[in-house]
Amino acid sequence: MSRIKEKFAELDAKNEKALISYIMAGFPNENATLSAVKGLVKGGADIIELGFPFSDPLADGPVIQNASTLSLEKGTKIGKFFELVKKIRKITDTPLVLMTYTNILYNKGYSKFISEAKKAGIDGFILPDMSIEESKEYLNAAKGKTDTIFLISPNTSKERIRKISDASSGFLYLVAVYGTTGVKTGIKNYTLKAIKEVKKQTKGKVPVGVGFGVSTPADVKKYVSVGADAVIVGSAFLKLIEKTPQNKIEQKISAFTKSLKTQTRL
Amino acid sequence: MKYPKSGRFGEFGGKYIPETLVPAVQELEENYLKFKNDKRFKKELDYYLKQYAGRPTPLYFAKNLTEKIGGAKIYLKREDLLHGGAHKINNTLGQALLAKKMNKKRIIAETGAGQHGVATAMACAALGMKAEVYMGYKDTIRQKLNVFRMNMLGSKVHPVKSGSKTLKDAINEAIRDWITNVENTYYLLGSAVGPHPYPVMVRDFQSVIGNEIKSQMKKLHNKTPDSVIACVGGGSNAIGTFYPLVDTNAEIIGVEAAGKGLKSGFHSATLSAGSKGVLHGMMTYLLQDKEGQITETHSISAGLDYPGVGPEHSYLKDQKRVKYHSATDTEVIDAFLLLTRTEGIIPALESAHAIAEAVKVARKHKQSESIVVTLSGRGDKDVEEVQNYLNKHVKD
Ligand SMILES: Cc1ncc(COP(=O)(O)O)c(C=O)c1O
Repeated sequence: MSRIKEKFAELDAKNEKALISYIMAGFPNENATLSAVKGLVKGGADIIELGFPFSDPLADGPVIQNASTLSLEKGTKIGKFFELVKKIRKITDTPLVLMTYTNILYNKGYSKFISEAKKAGIDGFILPDMSIEESKEYLNAAKGKTDTIFLISPNTSKERIRKISDASSGFLYLVAVYGTTGVKTGIKNYTLKAIKEVKKQTKGKVPVGVGFGVSTPADVKKYVSVGADAVIVGSAFLKLIEKTPQNKIEQKISAFTKSLKTQTRL
Repeated sequence: MKYPKSGRFGEFGGKYIPETLVPAVQELEENYLKFKNDKRFKKELDYYLKQYAGRPTPLYFAKNLTEKIGGAKIYLKREDLLHGGAHKINNTLGQALLAKKMNKKRIIAETGAGQHGVATAMACAALGMKAEVYMGYKDTIRQKLNVFRMNMLGSKVHPVKSGSKTLKDAINEAIRDWITNVENTYYLLGSAVGPHPYPVMVRDFQSVIGNEIKSQMKKLHNKTPDSVIACVGGGSNAIGTFYPLVDTNAEIIGVEAAGKGLKSGFHSATLSAGSKGVLHGMMTYLLQDKEGQITETHSISAGLDYPGVGPEHSYLKDQKRVKYHSATDTEVIDAFLLLTRTEGIIPALESAHAIAEAVKVARKHKQSESIVVTLSGRGDKDVEEVQNYLNKHVKD
């Protein structure tokens, strides 16, 4: 069983939902990332998504765009990133998901990239520009190694939801809003409807996480109350990291994580 | 490849897009397939191409240039004479009309130098619509006049300050807008790039160039051209020129921007020096570093300054059906001045890449042979750039 699957089983037994946190590797530097991870673990994050920067992050809003640019300017490279993952693995067993864009994997070769990532301690992948139609080689490469987390949008048809959930493992990522990451629009009715529809179509075969624009404990509470199995918070963590001095990051992140995590306990 | 249902030209192309865009791209494909063979749509588009844009464009025998070179006959396909001064209007009229049929109220577009933005703004004004155009912040400064033109035509320009602040970032930002406003927005892409069906659709709208060349050459010489040459940025004027001629025996050459030289790192020669990758919804040749990060490009012509290329060109390159060469900034300036002086035609710097190649090809070919060069645009927009270049580089 994958680390992610085990985590969801463990939470299920405790009648809890998952808090998934996203941070950008190397933003604003590697030590900050390590401190942030420690804070996330301490605060109770169930799964950690690590962003690997891409020069052209077309599904991301300004916060993650800026973090990507800065991380690249600081010299974040694939090899160094895998070393960082290994360091994180020494601190924690928390499932780690790598979020980046298709070209980063394509360029190295899906198989080679996924094998190296797995060896370093990565448990799954999220690629926002990978559609299921183009995913055959990627899925073959990931088979038996890592989970493949696909995205679903509020405008995805029922038939497609089923197809996407068949290709997904670990969890399904429901994009809460029409828009890029980090845009705050408040909780929309169409999102609540989409959560129910996706839950209905997937019949509990794979957990459903809700992300994009989720930033407060109240957001977490609301999505959990309508049936989300997991809630994903990203840009809010990056903003907090950005404005916090290095030596306070662990503590601040831990406190914020705790405030979010509390809302996932039913 | 006629209409690749899979969305792929061989291994190239596809639809690497965020899930939110999947229904929009499907809707676009369905509507495109429905209207492309619709008699009324075709008639309406024909009307605008003729009466508004000025088609057909002449196939001009460049006698002076031919004599000066002393080789094969050089013909110029005069897309520079179109309304707006470039081939871009062929595509924007087609897509704007399609958007109107689809009842899309909001049009967005990206632009590099501003040529596609201006052509979009014109087509939208003509059809009673308004466009919002994303343009790299650097380009809004380099091409201030085009920003003003778009504004006058009733379109709004959004300067893009992310990434390298140029064309590729303008496309990223247009895609972000599309994700956010997917329900009511039509994305009017400016070249034969992006996710399927854009590369095919833009090619089809631009194929009027190659189709006219074919019938004009037939009338003149009762044969197909021996060589055809066009410049390649994203590749729309080139694929529009090439596609109707790929089944003939014509030698076909696409010309990329070699900038300061292919070895200098300052160029935009994607097919000559790139490697396969995924960007802007398509798998194609890209300029990227060893880790898959897209690299910045350079060309004296803003319209060729793009790190990707249309997937059908990648396919035609690997099939060895089309040769892809390149011209450096210096060669391009020489070709620009040569055409201006010999024929009294000021070419766009983009098109001057094709002229530079045509001169080389004409020298190697017999006088009985004929070469057609697509003159994709006129050079009025580039006069200042050329002046600056000459001031910097010519001492006498
Ligand atoms: C005159 C002219 N030619 C060529 C191009 C390059 O585009 P494409 O390769 O799509 O024809 C441009 C783009 O702005 C242009 O303005």
